[in-house]
Amino acid sequence: MALEVDIEKQLGPFHLRAAFSCESGFTGILGASGSGKSMTLKCIAGIEKPDRGSIVLDGRVLFDSEKKINLPPQKRHVGYLFQHYALFPGMTVRQNIMCGLHDVKDRQEREAQADAMMDMLQIRDIASLRPEALSGGQAQRTALGRILVNKPDLLMLDEPFSALDTHLRLKLQAELKELLGGYGKGIIMVTHDRDEAYRMCDRLGIMDRGQMQAVKEKKEMFAEPETRAAALLTGCKNIAEARKTGEREVYVPAWNIHLKTRETVRDGLQAVGIRAHSFRPDEKDNAYPVQIIRETEEPFEWIGEFRFDGQAPDTAPVWWRYPKELRQKKPPKKLGVPPADVLLLYE
Amino acid sequence: MNDMDLFPLYNSLRIAAASSVIVFFAGIFAAYKVAKMPRIVKGILDVILTLPMVLPPTVCGYFLLLLFGRRRPLGMFLEDLGIKLVMNWPGGISAAVVVSFPLMYRTARGAFESFDRDLAWAGQTLGLSNTWIFWRVRMRTCRQGILAGIVLAFARALGEYGATSMLIGYTPGRTATVSTTVYQLWRTNDESGAFFWVMVNLAISAVVLLAVNLLEKRNRSTKWRLK
Repeated sequence: MALEVDIEKQLGPFHLRAAFSCESGFTGILGASGSGKSMTLKCIAGIEKPDRGSIVLDGRVLFDSEKKINLPPQKRHVGYLFQHYALFPGMTVRQNIMCGLHDVKDRQEREAQADAMMDMLQIRDIASLRPEALSGGQAQRTALGRILVNKPDLLMLDEPFSALDTHLRLKLQAELKELLGGYGKGIIMVTHDRDEAYRMCDRLGIMDRGQMQAVKEKKEMFAEPETRAAALLTGCKNIAEARKTGEREVYVPAWNIHLKTRETVRDGLQAVGIRAHSFRPDEKDNAYPVQIIRETEEPFEWIGEFRFDGQAPDTAPVWWRYPKELRQKKPPKKLGVPPADVLLLYE
Repeated sequence: MNDMDLFPLYNSLRIAAASSVIVFFAGIFAAYKVAKMPRIVKGILDVILTLPMVLPPTVCGYFLLLLFGRRRPLGMFLEDLGIKLVMNWPGGISAAVVVSFPLMYRTARGAFESFDRDLAWAGQTLGLSNTWIFWRVRMRTCRQGILAGIVLAFARALGEYGATSMLIGYTPGRTATVSTTVYQLWRTNDESGAFFWVMVNLAISAVVLLAVNLLEKRNRSTKWRLK
């Protein structure tokens, strides 16, 4: 499976620009709501038409503005799992799944395939229920079954867990990942939840205000986000402007501190990011005096908000998260950051 | 009441039935097309298509006479084809269509606009044809709204007076409808006759409104949204 996307679309003041390619396996698109993630999926599915560019799936041209090719969604063989699952009302689970089998002419064959799919998804016992009687998880499985029996060349999941209760999400994420593990084709999942993206995906792309940034291995994306948007979306709480002062050293004016880095600092550095978990009281590197100004207790962690001693007065406090067992009677006088945890941001 | 002539009821019913069939398809077609239009075109078309609902029916009748009058091009053309609308009962159908169309159009448009577009898109990505999606998913999802629309349009057609009386007048046994009969009988001091037809009218209207309410209630209770 290989998908090549290079599209542009103008929607009023909003400009969508997505250029990326992906292979088999789970690719995630991480972005805030309204950043154009769903629009990108809709363009690939043929529901929306880009202004310019091309979309090629396994050598098949789905869209090409220059060659005036724009296949209707029916001819693209691309599966789309909608956020609210879009099950057809008035039809049972079985009938909904049979809708994905309209190409199979023989009725018995159709029923056999639908039954096999329901067995695989363990929804055979709810085959005669209608959508309004289903739980969120059951609705998701039904919608997924309806797509999988259709054997699409690419599967796209649009915020697949956002309609579910929080406590169900983790379980269903694990189940879905396992279920789709054997699915040989590519899967693109759109989400705004970095934990979900990290759990489910092999590779990640960042979508920021209509601009799609390069797709990277998820670990690399979290370790070296490289842009402010990627740092924010991967959950980095502390981002401040910075400038290069040495081969492996930067100065942060807002905090009035110098930071040592592990990576070589390139020209064009714009900012640094430090994750709230990266601060340590016992770290010798990049250790500076701080003043804790507020502490909030969470179920398994503490959040401390602090200011560096030389920090400019009009700047936001810095966030520090630490496990409860690290808590001491007196708040630390100094906090340090390992040089490897200083994220260098160039955009 | 001894020589009870039920012709007005029969005439009203056939006019309303024929106009409802026309309005059903025309209303759905217009609603489906307009719902997809860009906003400005939609606004303009909406005003034009809804106008007959707020205009006095006599004004609609006036326009219909301008269109179908015996000395007008369209009227002459239709008369050549053997279709006489003015002072003839089929003219009542055209009057009823014009006056009841907005009711069907607006309820159908409302139903189509609240239709979840994801459903149509899901069907398309599954390879289902647009025609299949229209009849099996869109119409099925919107069927209560559309049914309510057609019942309202039927009721309005049944009670049509203004445009009808201008276009086809009142000829007992030929063009008389329930509503024109009520006026005619009252005018000629036949109070009990008028009362009878008033009661017929009331009964029909009550049944219709009851049906609409039941449909709307069912519509609300079956609406399903995942939270």
